[in-house]
Amino acid sequence: MFAYTVRRLIMLIPVLIGMSILVFSIIHLIPGDPAKTLLGEKASPEVLEKMREDLGLNDPLLVQYKNYMVNLLQGDLGTSIKTKRSISEEIKPYLAATVELTFFAMLFAVIVGVNAGIIAAWKQNSWFDYIAMLIALIGVSMPVFWLGLMEQYIFAQKLQWLPSIGRDSILNPINSITNFYIIDTVIQGDFDGLKQILKHLILPSIALGTIPMAIIARMTRSSMLEVMKADYIRTARAKGVAQFFLVYKHALKNAFIPVLTVVGLQTGLLLGGAVLTETIFAWPGVGKYLYDAISVRDYPVIQSGILMIATIFVIINLIVDLLYSAIDPRIRYQ
Amino acid sequence: MKKGLSIFLAIIFVLSVALAGCGGGTTDTTTKPSEQASDKPAAEVQKTLVFGRGGDSVSLDPSQVTDGESLNVTKNIFDTLIDYKDGNTEIQPALAETWESSADGLVWTFKLKQGVKFHDGTDFNAEAVVFNFNRWMDPANEYHQGDFPYYGYMFGGYKGDEGHVIKEVVAKDEFTVEIQLNAPQGPFLNNLAMTPFAIASPEAVKKHKDKFGEHPVGTGPFVFVEWLPNDKIVLDKNPNYYKTGFPLLEKIIFKSIPDNSARFTALQSGDIDMMDGVNPDDVTLAEGNENLQVWLRPSMNVGYLAFNTEKAPFDNPKVRQALSMAVNKQGLIDAFYNGLAEPAKNPMPPSLWGYNDSITDYEYNLVKAKELLAEAGFPNGFETDFWYMPVPRPYIPQGKKIAEAMQADFEKIGVKVNLRTEEWATYLDLTGKGEHSMALLGWTGDNGDPDNFIYVLLDKDNAKGPDAGNIAFYKNDALHDILIKAQQSSDEAERTKLYEDAQEIIHNDAPWVPLVHSTPPLVGKKNIKGFNPHPTGSDKFTEVHFE
Repeated sequence: MFAYTVRRLIMLIPVLIGMSILVFSIIHLIPGDPAKTLLGEKASPEVLEKMREDLGLNDPLLVQYKNYMVNLLQGDLGTSIKTKRSISEEIKPYLAATVELTFFAMLFAVIVGVNAGIIAAWKQNSWFDYIAMLIALIGVSMPVFWLGLMEQYIFAQKLQWLPSIGRDSILNPINSITNFYIIDTVIQGDFDGLKQILKHLILPSIALGTIPMAIIARMTRSSMLEVMKADYIRTARAKGVAQFFLVYKHALKNAFIPVLTVVGLQTGLLLGGAVLTETIFAWPGVGKYLYDAISVRDYPVIQSGILMIATIFVIINLIVDLLYSAIDPRIRYQ
Repeated sequence: MKKGLSIFLAIIFVLSVALAGCGGGTTDTTTKPSEQASDKPAAEVQKTLVFGRGGDSVSLDPSQVTDGESLNVTKNIFDTLIDYKDGNTEIQPALAETWESSADGLVWTFKLKQGVKFHDGTDFNAEAVVFNFNRWMDPANEYHQGDFPYYGYMFGGYKGDEGHVIKEVVAKDEFTVEIQLNAPQGPFLNNLAMTPFAIASPEAVKKHKDKFGEHPVGTGPFVFVEWLPNDKIVLDKNPNYYKTGFPLLEKIIFKSIPDNSARFTALQSGDIDMMDGVNPDDVTLAEGNENLQVWLRPSMNVGYLAFNTEKAPFDNPKVRQALSMAVNKQGLIDAFYNGLAEPAKNPMPPSLWGYNDSITDYEYNLVKAKELLAEAGFPNGFETDFWYMPVPRPYIPQGKKIAEAMQADFEKIGVKVNLRTEEWATYLDLTGKGEHSMALLGWTGDNGDPDNFIYVLLDKDNAKGPDAGNIAFYKNDALHDILIKAQQSSDEAERTKLYEDAQEIIHNDAPWVPLVHSTPPLVGKKNIKGFNPHPTGSDKFTEVHFE
């Protein structure tokens, strides 16, 4: 298993190199000029030219790529063209915000999705099954921005139960140390702060988690339906195992592997693809950060940001692969 | 029965775990009053203002930026030598108390306010002013790190460039500064009122160098506290502000909320106090909400239809006048601006000094338009191309729809126009070269000086490809003489008269149909007082308070 992990980590290198080439080519192929977007339409040609020269944008693409990779290999993610700050420093709070949101969104998606899928399979063709699958269908096709705005309208504006935007209270911000606000409040023993952070997490987590929740529910249901027909389930039932344990203990374990795969993929997707949720809830996350970088053609940020997300994506999938053997001891890694 | 019970148990399980999973649990959120209530001290008058906006600032060093989100914040941290008056672009003293120019307009002497301190405790004086000018204008200066785009644009480049306006800046004594010019510049004082030319603390610049934009130190009404990128910028009251008793707020927080609808919801939920970038439909909602108020920012832009006067039949002024009579400006405003604009009759907006209000616009009258067209030799009209911009701009939010509406009216007087557009960068490129016959375009002013509209957009100096600012390619020597005279004069009364005459000439020649000046809306809580949106788009919150 250790050898397998190491091998997988080594395989990461060609994946990331391929990724960097792909990202580099795409962003340099799309038209647009960072100097012009940053300095505005009124900047004089001389100023524009000076900026392009300073940024090395006049070098041949291969030279630019080489420079970028040389810096990257030395652990330097580069400097943002727009803010002129170091990307490795700048990206930390954004990444933390996104990881926190993704974690809670997936927690919501997994708990609700798995249970809804199990019960739907258990009670196949019952009213619960029909309603759960209808909700899942709506969930998969729900536009996130619409769901987010509706949540804000109902729970923030009308009922005033929950804050509409942001990670923490604007007027009583928490004291951040790690950028993970949950951890920050816990280690500082600030439980009012913790409660506030959790309240801020509810609406965006549900908005972001709804689509994965629906996918997971459908996946769990179909996987469970297959397992429930297996011989060992019939045997267990014949032995008189209570239905609840039959489903949650005996069937779920075998049905969970495909679900786990989906969970891993969805988590990875949410990390980079939460732009809409982050935009609506003014969540200062990495998706919005990258989106802004793309709109001003901030090449170093786009490159390094996407590479970082790709790395996390691959690592999450590695963890999922390793978890398979924990769930099903028959799976072995050679 | 047993089955029923297990279903029930399972549902309870699902619900309880789900609710625990997504956060604090329902009991927390339902039994407590709203968060706003627990966050904000009740009863006493609010002293913190949360301003919701769509984007984040690029840098808090005003000399380095051109974007509104940066200038709007820095306007409150810094002061300029000269400032604009409330609601228009006339000028008034700020850090400079008085000024005078030599007869030839080449030497300007400024007497500075005494006893003003930067936020870091250092003194504001003539040396500080000299330091700032040298930093902006001299590429050889140690602290000239960055692009200083507005400096180059407003003052004809940098030290050593041909056409650079400022020769030297000298401290005559502790509170007297002399600025020597290479050539007189009419808009000079208006330029100095722009936020990019705000005076920064030399000590802070020396300390933070190219990171000054993250640690801004000025003399303004508010002191920089912190900046969480893409989230918020916090400013605290400057207790030593030179205007005694001001500012009235203790704190301002600029909160970035990218989505317009979400920002408006946040305002209605009480999470923020005021906002810009309001959707037109939400303005109507806000007007009907007794807890909110709407401000319209006086316009500093113009959207126009330019005729290419080098191409027939637009080389004939009568044709241009005829088409001017076939544009229903108020109709366009009602249909495409939700009423948030005013019809334009001059190439510059009425918030600028020098605006000629005595001009009567061409009336919208299709019968007269057709008669005039016949008089010009086109009784049956003609066919031509009409370019519209592919992207929404503040002055023309829906280029295509506006072009279609105008197309329908032109058709009625026999002029058949074929609509055409290009990708935005290409559009600017080709219209700058004069490939169009008629084209929509617009302009947002920089310094509130008429020169920044009329000379840039309609003088013959700028009617040359490939980057013509004057895309009507309108060349009028009488107008040119007036504009150059106004550029070289430093007498404001004289300049006002000259620009009024210039607008008269332009009106008669009709190289454009000036369409609209759009007035961007802001919405805020009803009890906000003392806010007076400025046409430049940047507001000082010195007198803003809650009632």
